[in-house]
Amino acid sequence: MAEIEGGGGGHKKGGKPKGKKLSTRVDFTPMVDLGFLLITFFMLTTSMNKPKTMEINMPVKDKVEEVDKTKVKASQAITVLLTENDKIVYYFINEKTGEPETPIITDFSKSGIRSTLLTKNRELLAAKGFNNLDSIPIYKEMYRLNKIDEATMRANISAIKNNKDALIVVIKADDKAKYKNLVDILDEMLICNIGRYAIVDITDVERDLIKTAMAVK
Amino acid sequence: MPKVKVPRKSTSVDMTAMTDVAFLLLTFFMLATQFKPDEPVTVNAPSSIAEVPLPDIDIMTITIAGDGRVFFDLEGQQYKEELIKKMAALKQVSFSPEEIKSFSLMSSFGVPFGQLKGLLALKTEERAKIQQKGIPADSLNNELADWIWQSRLVNNNVRVAIKGDQETNYPIVKQVIATLQDKKVNRFNFITNLNTEPVE
Repeated sequence: MAEIEGGGGGHKKGGKPKGKKLSTRVDFTPMVDLGFLLITFFMLTTSMNKPKTMEINMPVKDKVEEVDKTKVKASQAITVLLTENDKIVYYFINEKTGEPETPIITDFSKSGIRSTLLTKNRELLAAKGFNNLDSIPIYKEMYRLNKIDEATMRANISAIKNNKDALIVVIKADDKAKYKNLVDILDEMLICNIGRYAIVDITDVERDLIKTAMAVK
Repeated sequence: MPKVKVPRKSTSVDMTAMTDVAFLLLTFFMLATQFKPDEPVTVNAPSSIAEVPLPDIDIMTITIAGDGRVFFDLEGQQYKEELIKKMAALKQVSFSPEEIKSFSLMSSFGVPFGQLKGLLALKTEERAKIQQKGIPADSLNNELADWIWQSRLVNNNVRVAIKGDQETNYPIVKQVIATLQDKKVNRFNFITNLNTEPVE
């Protein structure tokens, strides 16, 4: 290692003390030790991943009645009820009778609500002759390869997502649901490319619906 | 046969290059590190596939703990100073300059307005120890609504981020969302952790 070479030793015999030339090399070892210690500390304390966010748009409260007027076709909507123990109860409205069909219990797994949403959305779009759902990942890939700019990608994707014949999801959570369930179902909206969904307050009828559905099981 | 003499080499190596690299890395990590402000409650945010990063400025954070307590924070010291002055005027309480300063330096807090003075009198270390009650957000006494409204008056561009614990019960989240809607905030963000699970 580099070190300070023999200092002192100029006063042996009488005569003039001859100043011996000191080497300019200094021992770096402690400094390097300290440097690495600090690096380790900062590496361990740094959290590189910043928190992510999910943007939610709620309807303006005063205009709720107005929104209600734009009735959607019953067959196009699915009502998703979130309840305790990470369970989901969903039902469709029968178009002829206007009554809710038999509710189905499912969960947040891949083969649960996600496959239902994907299949139903695809069915609805295919019935109207749209089959451009698969182009969403293509637009994303094209953006990644810098073939199209971000605005174009967003415009194209949102046009597909907000197709007026696509599935509409009504999300309602009961009092026993957890916040995690809400975020999870909103996440499914992102995954399933569903552009039109709403978080709505649950009604007593639906609370009973959950109860009976759970009891049957 | 005469032996070939191998000249002895010095074992000392030039460490300059290594030191350079080490300090370069050190500088990088020092600059990249952001120390987390000490929060009065630990919140385990749910994960999602959302990839939009949270902005650093113009943001107010409403933290909902797992037990339903609500905490509030507004980003920016100067805004916080303005905010406490406005709240004081609204509630007809006066704060000393020291209390205003202390408020502007405080991170997330969660006490009813009446107890705010007591909280501000404490030192930072003492604050971490006490159990904060949470800001009242029910319909009888909705102080959260006041904080939100006054923050929007102070900083016009402020955006709302909700940071909830996974296990928070839905009714309290609903209450907070309803409060936001009452105050005409219809666009807000849920803070989540990035989920790396592949999406099929």
